[in-house]
Amino acid sequence: MSRRAPRPGRGWAPLAGIVGAGAILAGVPYLGLPLFYESFLYLVLHWIVLATSWNILSGYSGYFSFGHGAFFGAGMYTTAVLAARLEVPFVWTLPAAAAVAAVMGLALGAVVFRVRELRGELFALVTLAATFVVGTIILNTPIDGGPGVYLNAVPVPRIGPSPASSLYLMALAAAVLTLLVARAVYGSRLGMGLFAIHDDEDAAEVMGVPTYRCKLIAFAASCALAGVAGGIHALFVSYVTVSETFSIIVPLTVVLMSVLGGTRQWAGPAVGAALITALLYAFTAGNHAVAGKAVFGAVLIAAILFMPDGVLGAIMSRVRRRASSRGAERAAAPTLEALPEIDHAGKHGEPLLVVHDLGKRFTGVRALAGVSFDVRRGEILALLGPNGSGKSTFINVVSGHYRADEGSITFEGRRIEALPAHAIARAGIARTYQIPRPFAHLSVLDNVALTAMFGRAAQDRAMAEREARRWLAFTGLGSRADAMPPALNLHQRKFLELARALAARPRLLLLDEVLSGLTPSEINDAIALVRSIRERGTTIVFVEHVMRAVMALADRVVVLDHGVVIGEGLPDDVMRQEGVASAFLGRQHA
Amino acid sequence: MQFPSATLLAQSVLSGIFVGALYGLLGLGLTLSWGLLRQINLAYFALTFLAAYLCYQLATVGGMDPLATILVIAPGFFLLGVALQWVFERVHVTPFNSLLITFGLTVIVESVIQSIWTADFRRLESVYGVAKFRLGPLYVPAPELITLGVAIALSLALWAALRFTDLGKAMRAAAEDGPIASAFGVDRRFNALALAGTCAALSGVAGVCLALTYTLAPAQIYAWIGVVFAAVMLGGIGRAWGPLVAGIAIGVSEALTMALTAPSWAPLVSFSLLIVLLLVRPGRE
Repeated sequence: MSRRAPRPGRGWAPLAGIVGAGAILAGVPYLGLPLFYESFLYLVLHWIVLATSWNILSGYSGYFSFGHGAFFGAGMYTTAVLAARLEVPFVWTLPAAAAVAAVMGLALGAVVFRVRELRGELFALVTLAATFVVGTIILNTPIDGGPGVYLNAVPVPRIGPSPASSLYLMALAAAVLTLLVARAVYGSRLGMGLFAIHDDEDAAEVMGVPTYRCKLIAFAASCALAGVAGGIHALFVSYVTVSETFSIIVPLTVVLMSVLGGTRQWAGPAVGAALITALLYAFTAGNHAVAGKAVFGAVLIAAILFMPDGVLGAIMSRVRRRASSRGAERAAAPTLEALPEIDHAGKHGEPLLVVHDLGKRFTGVRALAGVSFDVRRGEILALLGPNGSGKSTFINVVSGHYRADEGSITFEGRRIEALPAHAIARAGIARTYQIPRPFAHLSVLDNVALTAMFGRAAQDRAMAEREARRWLAFTGLGSRADAMPPALNLHQRKFLELARALAARPRLLLLDEVLSGLTPSEINDAIALVRSIRERGTTIVFVEHVMRAVMALADRVVVLDHGVVIGEGLPDDVMRQEGVASAFLGRQHA
Repeated sequence: MQFPSATLLAQSVLSGIFVGALYGLLGLGLTLSWGLLRQINLAYFALTFLAAYLCYQLATVGGMDPLATILVIAPGFFLLGVALQWVFERVHVTPFNSLLITFGLTVIVESVIQSIWTADFRRLESVYGVAKFRLGPLYVPAPELITLGVAIALSLALWAALRFTDLGKAMRAAAEDGPIASAFGVDRRFNALALAGTCAALSGVAGVCLALTYTLAPAQIYAWIGVVFAAVMLGGIGRAWGPLVAGIAIGVSEALTMALTAPSWAPLVSFSLLIVLLLVRPGRE
């Protein structure tokens, strides 16, 4: 696994590169080349806009849209109708085309992005269907009505020396704009959120990424840019029909270009677009359009099977592997110096989290029933109970991964049981997963920086990275910052979970069996670590089976059995209570 | 708006049921491979059209009875499905990549069909095509009735096979938790091959029914995807009865839409139903 996360937004080189390349290409119409070159380059740029805009949502977040043709087509028809029928000046139709496409995308996304199961697959199918639905509507209404729309009479704005070069220059401007947007998103908080959604959407939401909003924004941007491409293309072809516009060709081509170039690279789709447009031209020029289609399909299959990172992805990872082949050492022991303070708000001992009559049901099983207890600010509370007693469900409900069926959860005086998971994270609750769930395609550093950006601290990217390095040093992972999570062993992954939760600077930390599977000496390190976390001002609830750690750490314990609280109090007192021992050891031992 | 007569409405409902049967038949292989193999196989649409064209070829050039071509096509497609599954297993295809790869396959098959049979419309003329009988005031065309019969029979057979046979239980167990099923002695590889073959054979049968009832053109492959997927989703993924029941519901709604408004609005029905489903039931946690 060598797919790499985006580097932070510093580095103006890519932006300067995009603008510089655009400036150079803007000189082409003045070279006096044969007309053919301008129209060929126009097509390359046209596909660069479509593929790159598609990639902003679909490549970064993994939600593959097969409906890019619908948004492209919406832009085409917006411009066609406004310019040809209502005689709006062409340039003014482009913002309208972008707006119409974006609104359509938002409407569709608002429905489809709410889905929690089979999300990617459903999105792909619904967007595919949307292409034909939009086509049907346009065909059946006066927007088109059947005969198509002619733009012959629409004057081409005079930008270049000829109408053809003006179109070329407009496509160039659109391509520069699209690449700038793609690069900006790539290096931004939004981009980081999208890459996290790609790897594990539920975990991303729990880490504080507002997944729904991220997807909607990216989708709207993606659709708007496709709409602009459509507007320009309407003038280029000067005759718009439903059957040509709302076909399978646009989504197929765009997916192919992006996958071939590399969907995790901002420039990948552009590389793919240039390659495929040249290939396409070779086939259509030789009158082998049908064979060309088959080659399309074959290249798509081959690219997915043999080059999942795409051309640019493969090149980038080779470059990086060479660069990083030196710096792989073993993880150092945890350093307890140089700790950032987390938080010391509020009064020690006051109720921080108040759980009242909490209930959660899964089909047929009552996982939690009438659970009520307080977590006090500054304490370490151990949550105990046999397997299946509801401990992990409790953490899942408090962190917002599951919604409670009944009861209330109050955090710092504010009801949170109905909040989405990212809002709960933002409020100051962080968690770890029993089985570590790192974002597999983000570096260790970015995994941690993500929560610094989206958690309570809500830092910008550069600050988040600095914060992340401190927490990696704290958990002993300093030397593994640039590694990818699949390269870590279990011990390191557990500590990555911890570092990730801490970088959010939580007021309440929920630890779900961080010690399970660790060796005795590793457990000692971890106990020291948990203590020093509390000293930095974070309240801790931990689920644990390692009794040595419970006795060493817990100020109080709460015992669950079959979703019901059966004991609460000081560790020694509770463990002596009648029901508690029998719940753990069976009736005859009690 | 003029309200159509009762006879016309009844005739539309009947034709909706018939169209729905074809949706159900097309969706059957899809829902089973999605639910039990975790593959979203768009290539079944291409295979269905390939079978339809083969049926057309065997019947018009080879002089075979169109229904008898099932005897050739179904076993052939079974082997094709097994071969495809064998390749899929070799390359470890994830559910999402299966969608992309079979999309690529669909495009390839489409261009193969187009290069052999051209992009023109083809219509199978057969003894079944002219056979019609009356049921009271209603016309019942024979090919559609055959399709309905085949769809009901196959849905019933597969439902029973999955529910009552050991092989069916093993397949459902493997879909629930593959490694655990293997630990209990389920031969997942063999089952997957058998299931993939069955699904491909089903698309072969669907293709023959398609050739009997519809005019064929290569580009129409994509026209079916949306509505059949809607039937699969509405019917519940992995359920043998799902596509047929949901398909008939969609078919009837479409037919009524056509009767009450204009035929060209029909494609919106399945999409609207799908969106309503997503709005009402965005999925459990």
